[in-house]
Amino acid sequence: MSDNMSKTISGFGEKADSTGNEFLAFTLGKEEYGIDILKVQEIRGYEAVTRIANSPDFIKGVVNLRGIIVPIVDMRIKFQLGEPTYDQFTVVIILNISGRVVGMVVDSVSDVITLSPEQIKPAPEMGTTFDSDYLIGLGTLDERMLILVDIDKLMSSADMGLIEKLAA
Amino acid sequence: MTIDMSQFFQVFFDEAEEGLAEMEKLLLAVNVSDPDDEDLNAVFRAAHSIKGGSATFGLTDLTEVTHVLESLLDRIRQGQMALTSQHVDAFLAAKDILKSMLDGHRHGATVDLDAVADVRMLLQSLSEGASKKVATPQALVGPGGVSRYRIELPNLGEREIEALQQELGLLGTIEKADAEEGRCVFILDTAKGADSIHEICSFLVNADDLKISQAVAARSKEEEQGYGFFAPFVPQEATDEERGYGFFAPFVPANATDRERGYGFFEPFVPQGDLERAKQAEAAAHADSDEPPALAVSEGGAEKKAKGEKPAVHESSSIRVGVEKVDQLINLVGELVITQAMIEQRTGSLDPMLHEHLLNSVSQLTRNTRDLQESVMSIRMMPMDYVFSRFPRMVRDLAAKLNKRVEFVTHGAATELDKGLIERIVDPLTHLVRNSIDHGIEIPETRLAAGKTDYGTLSLSAEHQGGNIIIEVTDDGGGLNRERILAKAKQQGMGVSDNLSDGDVWQLIFEPGFSTAEQVTDVSGRGVGMDVVKRNILAMGGAVDIRSSKGFGTTISISLPLTLAILDGMSIRIGHEIYILPLGYVVESLQPATQDVKEISGQGKVIKVRGEYLPLLPLYQIFNIESTFTDPSQGLVVILESDGKKAALFVDDLIGQQQIVVKNLESNYRKVAGISGATILGDGGVALIIDVAALLRSTRQHSDESVFS
Repeated sequence: MSDNMSKTISGFGEKADSTGNEFLAFTLGKEEYGIDILKVQEIRGYEAVTRIANSPDFIKGVVNLRGIIVPIVDMRIKFQLGEPTYDQFTVVIILNISGRVVGMVVDSVSDVITLSPEQIKPAPEMGTTFDSDYLIGLGTLDERMLILVDIDKLMSSADMGLIEKLAA
Repeated sequence: MTIDMSQFFQVFFDEAEEGLAEMEKLLLAVNVSDPDDEDLNAVFRAAHSIKGGSATFGLTDLTEVTHVLESLLDRIRQGQMALTSQHVDAFLAAKDILKSMLDGHRHGATVDLDAVADVRMLLQSLSEGASKKVATPQALVGPGGVSRYRIELPNLGEREIEALQQELGLLGTIEKADAEEGRCVFILDTAKGADSIHEICSFLVNADDLKISQAVAARSKEEEQGYGFFAPFVPQEATDEERGYGFFAPFVPANATDRERGYGFFEPFVPQGDLERAKQAEAAAHADSDEPPALAVSEGGAEKKAKGEKPAVHESSSIRVGVEKVDQLINLVGELVITQAMIEQRTGSLDPMLHEHLLNSVSQLTRNTRDLQESVMSIRMMPMDYVFSRFPRMVRDLAAKLNKRVEFVTHGAATELDKGLIERIVDPLTHLVRNSIDHGIEIPETRLAAGKTDYGTLSLSAEHQGGNIIIEVTDDGGGLNRERILAKAKQQGMGVSDNLSDGDVWQLIFEPGFSTAEQVTDVSGRGVGMDVVKRNILAMGGAVDIRSSKGFGTTISISLPLTLAILDGMSIRIGHEIYILPLGYVVESLQPATQDVKEISGQGKVIKVRGEYLPLLPLYQIFNIESTFTDPSQGLVVILESDGKKAALFVDDLIGQQQIVVKNLESNYRKVAGISGATILGDGGVALIIDVAALLRSTRQHSDESVFS
């Protein structure tokens, strides 16, 4: 099935080949980002969260995802991009990062794109709100430029405070 | 195509282990003088299935031992032999050996091959009974009873015989009987077993030349003595003739051949080695073929046999399921409960007149869902009996080893605890029980001197108390010695004062390394590994408490939280947020009067409840919530209690009480201070469960932030 999908999608890019990586493209404010599609479990609408007292403001709280408690992170607040509005168009990307499930609020999800290795350029040392440690690079597709995020690394970072740091 | 055998191995090991445990349980419970046939059959079945399984997997060593065990068991359950305590001991030993062999195969543990051989020998000799030349006669009478042995010695010197007579005389009353053809015969009445006689005689006589046989001390015992059927091989004294007759009586009508009868009567007068052996073989053949009819006329035999052939009434009725499957089931049912609650909520607003059928169905769904949830939750729960049942054996062995008399009682074996916790409580409990027998309960003499019964009582109890399960190990031994513990603590350089409360003193024995020093009798031993016990229990979120009174005994009380997937919770509201308080901590709730709320130097408020001042915890401040009320006299306070500390939690409103499914926050997020977990409410939303114990601990500190440090 994924083969079929990559073929359909490869129609978008002239140089795309079957060995390229697939990325889910989403927007935060005016910027377009991409994450490895394999880390994405599902995409949902935003629903009421249960606030967790005394947690950082970008952690909106927890929701019930078919019986499991999933924390929801609002990337717009975390990276000060765009206005955090919550309406029927607000999208939550549910990520599965090495067994842990995390929801990520973004402004919108656009599409799934396939990028060949040569379409991925190294990220400059400056320029994005993300620490370049968490970047895979910049993906170019026609006129679009995607900031490719190593979501695994980002979500596991102490910065996000999603995972208990091991006691020293 | 290859089949992965390892999975079948695993099943076999599990089953074998279960079978052995079952066997042990039955053996310990068996009434030796009047064994229940059903029990014997169950033991036999267990042995048989282990034998079958081990043969299938080519574990020949297991097969061999179980085979011997099985044949002996078979003879007993067929009524060909009477069960004696010696048999039970041998079976228990065999069970241990089988277990160690099983572990050997399973984990590569080392197996004591000598012990294996010993047990096989023992079983074999028991099973062959008196047909072996130097068979060990079974102790026919219960402990304390006297049996009569006939000891036949080879030709010895006068002095040696005299010496032997004196030595044996120490065991009981001895009589020198008529010597035949230079052999010497003693009749000994003793409470000791044949082993002791063997031991004494073996100094002078080659064991092979020695014949010890058991004569009957009392007629009334006859019925019990199944091996009486082998009595023809026992040379009878002339004086015993009458008794002998009683013995053979059942045979007479059955094997009504003159030769047999004559054999039985006259055999004593031809005690020659070769001849005897030949006749033995002959008689053994006869005995084998003729036994069933013989049994049919012997008292009780027919009945026993009939029972033995009855089909098994109860088979083991459990199936083996992986824990993850059960957990998955629990999760799914949790989902179902939530969905059902949603449906109930949605239909609640419908017009009952128009939608009567729908509403009826929904309420039926509600009932069924609850039942289903309850049954599913109970799968993970196991009775404490699972733990308790392994102790009688340990107590029995340990008490025997230490020459103590211990009566073991359990209470609340049906109390249920989560499987995960059950497994982790075994080690600490084992340790405590050992300690109690080793160091708590005194030897009979000391106990009698102290005016107590000569047997000590060790009790294990389990009960639910609020949201906790309390497991107690109680002995009526000497109790802890306060002075010794204090002295020891000082010697080890701990900063202790003499004014410590008893409770604090007892806690000292949990200090790591407290007792690793020289043995100071009853005190020091108690500490060996006690720190480990405490650590294990703390790791389970529990607590250990000791109550001890010198001369009257010690109780070690373990309290474990029922950190199960389900708990009774009280939902409370602050502003728009809903939190859950575990009901176990909730004492009461009330609306305080304005004058009962007092401020203490701007640090915080206290509230007066029935003459007691309790710190007021404003949840809206702690969790930074916009609440409806900020004045306690407008909202409600919930009085919480944990570890003997009380506090009043100020909330807006109580919503209700319900069973909740506890979900872990940490599986996808991190630990949150003040929150112990989360649950899913009827509307599909998430509510957080307040960590009451942590909240109350923080009341000691002034600042509310301390909860989150």
